[in-house]
Amino acid sequence: MVYPLQTLVSFPSDFAENMQKTMASYSALKKENARLKEKQIINDVRLLKFSALENENIRLRGLLENSFEIGEQVLSAELLSVNLVPYEHVVVINKGSNFDVYPKQPALDASGIIGQVLRTSPLSSEVMLITDPSHAIPVQINRNGLRTIAIGSGQLDQINLPFLPNNADVLPGDLLVTSGLGGTFPQGYPVALVKDFIVQPSKPFANIYAKPLAELDRIRELLVVWSDSTPIPLLSVPVGRANAIDKINHQQVSE
Amino acid sequence: MNKKLISNSYWVSIAAAMGLNIFAIPISLKDFNPDWVLLILIYWVLAVPERVGVFNAWVIGLFVDVLTGRLLGQHALAYALIVYASLRFHKWLRQCLLPQQSLFIFFCLFFSQAMEFVIETFQGDAPQLALSFWMPAFTGILLTPFIYMALRMSRTSERMK
Repeated sequence: MVYPLQTLVSFPSDFAENMQKTMASYSALKKENARLKEKQIINDVRLLKFSALENENIRLRGLLENSFEIGEQVLSAELLSVNLVPYEHVVVINKGSNFDVYPKQPALDASGIIGQVLRTSPLSSEVMLITDPSHAIPVQINRNGLRTIAIGSGQLDQINLPFLPNNADVLPGDLLVTSGLGGTFPQGYPVALVKDFIVQPSKPFANIYAKPLAELDRIRELLVVWSDSTPIPLLSVPVGRANAIDKINHQQVSE
Repeated sequence: MNKKLISNSYWVSIAAAMGLNIFAIPISLKDFNPDWVLLILIYWVLAVPERVGVFNAWVIGLFVDVLTGRLLGQHALAYALIVYASLRFHKWLRQCLLPQQSLFIFFCLFFSQAMEFVIETFQGDAPQLALSFWMPAFTGILLTPFIYMALRMSRTSERMK
């Protein structure tokens, strides 16, 4: 709400800074470039050490049976009691881009996925719930790994699976977890329980309804998650880090 | 002095209406929440037409768009058009009885809702708007008498001072 005003206020200084950058002389830029390159090399060396430390940290947290999963970081946010428009399931949370919250970021609570960040402003952001009619989430059935997409229904206690055939292996009570496809949601988080499976003999697809595990109508707090869901290209992984990861996996298996 | 007082209560009522627009009421009542800002704008147009203009309404509409995260200009357009119509007809409307005025206000609310419907539908990802989408126009018209009484009372009490 106040954001347009803030941008308006910050406009003169932003403009001045931009002008300064544009007008900087060639030699100054060259000097700065050299300095930054030097700094980059130093930081790269440090990072090599840090990645090993990070993996060790993750392993130790695993021993403590902490909820920490590899490469994921969470931030807890509170819901603001506002209600933007009745026909959309969008809630406002009190953390924004000041906390590096970004659009498409997954939001969840202790019981399951809640939704994803729709847009952010510095002090707040809007989160679209999985039950919004224009929201879709790639899921898989935990029992047999069958993948599909769950679409919001517009009711807070229901999502639909409209793309499964009449003979799909789905039973009421099946747990739906995120499949990790699409890259928005990290893999393996619970989403919903299948409630109803209605065969439509005259149509190619069945009507399947599921109930979200998170109680979307009474959440007060949620967690915003940073996850490395984009696959890391294998070639760019430093040798030391790859070895460390292998070692950890090996140790976990042997335990 | 009087003009300043009117201006104060005008802005306060508009701000309060914006608050009411996004107020978190229970989910079962959510569909019934009327467009308070529009209701109060229409009241002020009919009460002090020299105070409220089309541009004014447009700016307020922009604020509402930012507030509710709609496409920027969606409410602004609807409010500007409705305030224009109300200004155009206010001389005639002020001679009408309250039921006739209410009918006009109902048409305004319905028109605003229809514009929202068209713009939301044209935006692409087609939100399947249920029949309850049209509810605010009806609840709005039921609330109109109360809003009128409250605002008129505040205006007259200010005049007393």
